[in-house]
Amino acid sequence: MKLMLFAPELLLLLGSLLIFLFSLTDEDGRNAKNTAIAVAVGTAILIFSGLNNNGDLFLGAYRVDLFSQLFKLMISLGVTAVLIFGRELKDITDDIRPEYYLFLLLSALGLMMLVSSIELITLFVALELSSFSLYILVPMRSDQKGLRSQMEAGIKYILFGVTATGIMLYGMSYLFGLTGTTYLVDMLPRLTGLIGEPAAIAGIAMLMCGFLFKLAVFPFHFWVPDVYQGASNETTAFIASVPKLGAVAILIRIVMMAAPEGTALINMMVVLAICSMFYGNLSALVQTDIKRMLGFSGIAHAGYVLLGLMTFKELGYATSMYYIFGYLVMNLACFLVICKVSKSGENVNVKDLTGLHKRSPVLAFTMAVGMLALAGIPPFVGFMGKFMLLAGALKAGQLTLVILAAINTAIAIYYYLSVVKVTYCDNPDGHADLHVDFATKALSVILVIAIIVMGALPTQVLAIATSAVQSIM
Amino acid sequence: MDFLILNEGMPLLSVLIFLPLVGALIALFMPSDSTSRIWALIVTSINAVLSFSLYSGFDVSTYKYQFGEHVSWIPAWDINYTLGVDGISLLLILMTTLIMPFCVLASWRYIEKRVKPFMICLLIMETSMVGVFAALDFVLFYVLWEAMLIPMYLLIAIWGGPRKVYASIKFFLYTLAGSVMLLVAIIALYLANAPHTFSIPALMGQQYSTLFQLLVFGAFFLAFAIKVPMFPFHTWLPAAHVEAPTAGSVILASILLKMGTYGFLRFCLPITPEATIRLMPYILWLSVAGILYGGFTALAQKDMKKLIAYSSVGHMGFVTLGIFVLKTQGIEGSLLQMINHGVTTGALFLCVGMIYERTHSRELSTATGIGKQMPVFVTFLAFFSLSSLAFPGTNSFVGEFLILVGSFAKNKIVAGAAIPGAILAAAYMLRMLQKIIWGGTNNPQITIADLNTREIVTLAPFLVFVFWIGLSPAPFLDVMHTSVAHLLDQVNSGTAALAVATILP
Repeated sequence: MKLMLFAPELLLLLGSLLIFLFSLTDEDGRNAKNTAIAVAVGTAILIFSGLNNNGDLFLGAYRVDLFSQLFKLMISLGVTAVLIFGRELKDITDDIRPEYYLFLLLSALGLMMLVSSIELITLFVALELSSFSLYILVPMRSDQKGLRSQMEAGIKYILFGVTATGIMLYGMSYLFGLTGTTYLVDMLPRLTGLIGEPAAIAGIAMLMCGFLFKLAVFPFHFWVPDVYQGASNETTAFIASVPKLGAVAILIRIVMMAAPEGTALINMMVVLAICSMFYGNLSALVQTDIKRMLGFSGIAHAGYVLLGLMTFKELGYATSMYYIFGYLVMNLACFLVICKVSKSGENVNVKDLTGLHKRSPVLAFTMAVGMLALAGIPPFVGFMGKFMLLAGALKAGQLTLVILAAINTAIAIYYYLSVVKVTYCDNPDGHADLHVDFATKALSVILVIAIIVMGALPTQVLAIATSAVQSIM
Repeated sequence: MDFLILNEGMPLLSVLIFLPLVGALIALFMPSDSTSRIWALIVTSINAVLSFSLYSGFDVSTYKYQFGEHVSWIPAWDINYTLGVDGISLLLILMTTLIMPFCVLASWRYIEKRVKPFMICLLIMETSMVGVFAALDFVLFYVLWEAMLIPMYLLIAIWGGPRKVYASIKFFLYTLAGSVMLLVAIIALYLANAPHTFSIPALMGQQYSTLFQLLVFGAFFLAFAIKVPMFPFHTWLPAAHVEAPTAGSVILASILLKMGTYGFLRFCLPITPEATIRLMPYILWLSVAGILYGGFTALAQKDMKKLIAYSSVGHMGFVTLGIFVLKTQGIEGSLLQMINHGVTTGALFLCVGMIYERTHSRELSTATGIGKQMPVFVTFLAFFSLSSLAFPGTNSFVGEFLILVGSFAKNKIVAGAAIPGAILAAAYMLRMLQKIIWGGTNNPQITIADLNTREIVTLAPFLVFVFWIGLSPAPFLDVMHTSVAHLLDQVNSGTAALAVATILP
């Protein structure tokens, strides 16, 4: 049953088409919202039930295996979470809500196709499907203050994005020229003899650019602060977490082509990781807008993820997967709070969290756990991920990198802690109590439990990530 | 696993660690503040009673880790859940479990708002503190060591005094910044062994190169010296102590500070013996500097909590002095002094907390002359103060005496330099006593009630220990002899190898 392999994507596609129909009629988006949530949940269930599916589709350009299924599962769960806690869509006007859901689902569809693509053109199409949907989502924010900052963000996003994609295409042309194929499977053996050649290294490095952009690694990070700030809270929650899964999946596939002897590539990743960590953490220190702060923190975390990739080891890739899954959960927990604290969809300043523990204990606790987890304090998932990344990198002989990464942990704690401080130490003085609905409460409890359980008992996640990596090696 | 004597029957250490955590989870669903108070008292008391069987079942004839438990935790990295107790950690675990019920009692009226979260924080603290002392796997140790920061941060940041925000952030940043390099050192040690291992006993007694030892020791030292705190890393301590609620101060002084010195004993000495010997002179002088600095600064304080906080810097200086003279008496004295400091300083913080509950001030000037109105209270205070200045017959005398014996055997100049610290301690403690008991009657407070039964019950056990250890320290010293002897063997064999290495071409 080849159809079953593609069933989750088909469901998403059909759901999107249905929402497209809703967008043609004159309605306020309630049907679109319910459909979107139902479709996302359905997709997650379909993927989960077919987690061990295996097979090739579309002339071998599209592969379903444990690796892709695992990423798809996390993508669909991430989308579900964003749809649930962001379902009020406070800063999107009623008349474009169906379109908003349409593009959100299409972007998720693009990401899910991306992680299964093992052929360069398919990869490109999937990436663009996901990216262009996102480019449209950003300026959909309603223009409350008349500053048009969402337009600025959208323009920046698309310009930087298209540039990165251009570089990526150029890299693809190199690889095609060297190997005569666009299939990653065929490319791998043909590259083995060539991997020391400057052309091959340049090709792989440029191919990585498109995904380093998605992951927001150092020289491709320029879009991050403005897009995070300019896009509506729900959109940022999505951009900040889910596309990074796709980026890590493809980066693992690309890096595997260079293993085991890509010294130049390792050095490149080491430098990028160091720059990302320092740039992200030092810039985050001075932010007052919490989305901007999380944006810079995301740049730093992208640097950490590279630590796992550059080991060129099975366990390293698995650790990167573990880390990005953990990052998804931690980030969603923080954005859940942001979306709920924001009254009418405006951006949230650190000050707006003042006395949150009295206004809404659940949100305050979720925020504190999310922040401390991002900071890498045990027993949360952020610590375990960081620990394993550092151990792997040190095993690969990168002592300097590990020490710099450890110093970064110490720098980062300050801004995470200052958020915890305002939520717990200050009195609400004037800030109103927040009402949190049951679904959001349940979701925050689930996220908090996931953060703790993944951190305290990482074995299961790590084991499934390892076997996923083995399935594509 | 030859270093570990596995426990048959009930996994006592796991129970001691996880009972408070389970208690905290159940406390989440407690309906009211008063039930959560009682619940926390019940849980910590059960833990305290259970921990007695640790003492009664302890075999003093072996240096091996007893009550051992060993379960695989993260097989991919060979990280295990390994627990065990030896003569070094036994008394510290007992002290932790025994002090916690009194922390709950001390917070009975002191904490008025958000009692339930407070009790949950206390219970989580107990889990991680017992765990730190019992952990024999480096990753497990580090997880618990860091995890402790969160509840402690909240204890200071939410229930603290006026400058709680500053104090809590300083505490968190200092401790965390100190321990990030510890993590790197742990991973480096893991990779330096074949097969790779995080097991603490397996890392001991290995032949590491001198440079490697010095680097690892440096990372250890930074983390532990901040926690102790040694001069000049002590600046977070007075702030944290002053702003923390009474229970927080007691936990900080009695247990958290001991983790630094415990770290020296458990990791620095046996894992990096050569670096220890090489750096020993500097650390001894740092200890002396801490003793004198703490003493002089305490002499100038107007705030009672600050006074006791700075006296802690001095007392902990004695402890590090005793550890790094690397003599049996010195280390045993240090271990005993760790317990003594926990008992005495913990009790002193409780005393200050009781004054604060009545006068809402920690200033010495507002507490002058309350001896007239609180005779029972000042009786307790006087004995604890005498204990703090190491008066013969009290617990600290035994500890400091042993430490000084060890120091004189090692280096007379260093030991002589530390002696004024003992005199300073008498000066600042007697100054405080004099003001509080006979400080004149210009106190604006009219009537202050004396201690009630709950408060007497809180303080009395501390007094029992002050005299018990002071008059008959044998039961406490007996449990540590074998382990301390083994520890010194490890240090000496590490340095013997060094001597051989220098003779060989």
